[in-house]
Amino acid sequence: MNPAYYVLLVIIILIFLFLYVVSTYVWNKVVKQNAKVETMDSKEKSGERRDFLHISTLTIGAIGTATFMWPFIKSMNPAEDTLALGTTEVDISNIEAGQSITVKWRGKPVFIRKRTPVEIEEAKTTDISLLPDPEEDSDRVKKQDWLILVGVCTHLGCVPLGQKISDSKGDYNGWYCPCHGSHYDTSGRIRKGPAPDNLAVPPYKFINDTTVLIG
Amino acid sequence: MENKNNSKKYKNPFLNWIEYRLPIISYFQKEYGDYPMPKNANYFWSFGALLTICLVVMIISGIFLAMYYTPHIDMAFESTERIMRDVSYGWLIRYIHSNGASFFFIVVYVHMIRSMYYGSFKYPRELNWILGVFIYFIMMVTAFLGYTLPWGQMSYWAATVITNLFSAIPFVGDGIKTWLLGDYTVGNATLNRFFALHYVLPFVIFGVVALHVAAVHVHGSNNPAGIDVKEPKDTVKFYPYMLIKDTLAFCVFGIVISAVIFFGPNLMAEVDNYIPADPLVTPAHIVPNWYLAPFYAILRAVPDKLGGVLLMFAAIVILFIIPWLDRSKIRSCSFRPFYKWLMILFFINFFILGYVGLKPATGNYLIIARIGVLYYFCFLLIISPFMPRFEKSIILPESISDIYKKNK
Repeated sequence: MNPAYYVLLVIIILIFLFLYVVSTYVWNKVVKQNAKVETMDSKEKSGERRDFLHISTLTIGAIGTATFMWPFIKSMNPAEDTLALGTTEVDISNIEAGQSITVKWRGKPVFIRKRTPVEIEEAKTTDISLLPDPEEDSDRVKKQDWLILVGVCTHLGCVPLGQKISDSKGDYNGWYCPCHGSHYDTSGRIRKGPAPDNLAVPPYKFINDTTVLIG
Repeated sequence: MENKNNSKKYKNPFLNWIEYRLPIISYFQKEYGDYPMPKNANYFWSFGALLTICLVVMIISGIFLAMYYTPHIDMAFESTERIMRDVSYGWLIRYIHSNGASFFFIVVYVHMIRSMYYGSFKYPRELNWILGVFIYFIMMVTAFLGYTLPWGQMSYWAATVITNLFSAIPFVGDGIKTWLLGDYTVGNATLNRFFALHYVLPFVIFGVVALHVAAVHVHGSNNPAGIDVKEPKDTVKFYPYMLIKDTLAFCVFGIVISAVIFFGPNLMAEVDNYIPADPLVTPAHIVPNWYLAPFYAILRAVPDKLGGVLLMFAAIVILFIIPWLDRSKIRSCSFRPFYKWLMILFFINFFILGYVGLKPATGNYLIIARIGVLYYFCFLLIISPFMPRFEKSIILPESISDIYKKNK
């Protein structure tokens, strides 16, 4: 059960409640008017009854259409086999300090860097009040050594440079986006350039010391 | 102009604005609101509306299936299975589509039987009948193309058998077959073009349906008595009487089709189609879809290749000229005491042909098929044109309202 089902359930309950309230209201009115007098114009009386029929028919029709549409709309979501690829397990035992690897997760690159003590120091001592998107380094990592980021520039979606030894790492020793010149630091935070946010941290957990599960 | 006065006929100014520029509101009011239906129309007259709904449901479910289907010989079967197993509600959409096709034909057969029994095809509705048979023909083509797409054993061999029909044409047959397939046998090129055509033909059907409906609205609907509407009291307005009747018919239809979709989705399917296509092995027993089976029986009833193909196409083409074969001025079979039973026998015969078409073409089945073919053509070419000379019909009622007076 995902949230969408609850939403559907609530909508259906609301529609039934609406139907119940409206039909009770109209029915009571019809009964009252019928009881009142015979002086009532018979045409008007049938008009009231027809309102009831109209509203209840339309409501049932609307419920039917909504229920019919639901599977079709739902079918456009990622299929089960696509969802099954939503997590990636990575062996990180071969990465030396200072090295980075790129893995693919949900069709996007994920950067995994084992940081050197110098880089960790740099990231920790930065005064975050001066940053465009202030965030403590400790909030961005689970283990100090390991920095795991979604490698998509928050400006317009390019993949920043800085993974290879030969790449430009930008002014802050982290990553540098060649598209529009955004500089990221050793915690993946935006420091200079047009990007509005820090590089995103994907959901991940360490299964053991050498394996990380992303997603 | 007179219309100027009419440009302010609705309370809502927006409707007036539209109406003045495009009189679509008054068109719908005229054709689906005040449209006079003969008041003796029975539930057989709801099947036209059901067909329209079927077509729309088929188009919608087909579009959603096409979002996940891959028309390639290596991936078609897997992508279909992926729809069944992995895509959210893919199983439902595919079952709606496959059973929808069967029900589309059930409803279209009832619609055609209605039309023949009550003489709806006669003057002045001949063109309507021709358009209808044309729709039926494109439906059969579309259904056949769609049956190929899942690329199971039945798909592959149905495509092979049907396209081989064209090789029966003398001299140019093989050339035409190769041209249709785009390959020496049914291959990837064939699957691709079948998918392209299967996607587009329903929209062609939709267009012809629009003409079909427009044509019936010119002279109005026929009725079970088959006599012309003479005065307003012979009719009721489409809204609300017919709309509510069609809605009820649709509800019943919906229950039946849902029951099949949810509890017996493979009732009308062949199990062999869940085996991936294999060009090297033909299944022991190839069967067409039930709705094409009568014509398949006609094809197999003839011991000659070209003869069988010609007779099968003749069986379809002859439907187009039915309005000129039945010479009787009386429309409804209700007033033709003897012809009525021959007509009913024709319908039963058609479904017996269908049953035989699903069985192996040997022994008794072959004999039944031959008798069936004989009656099919005898009825249309001999009984229909000459019956009016011998049959004494029951006297027709004066008008539709008269029918109700007599009952009282």
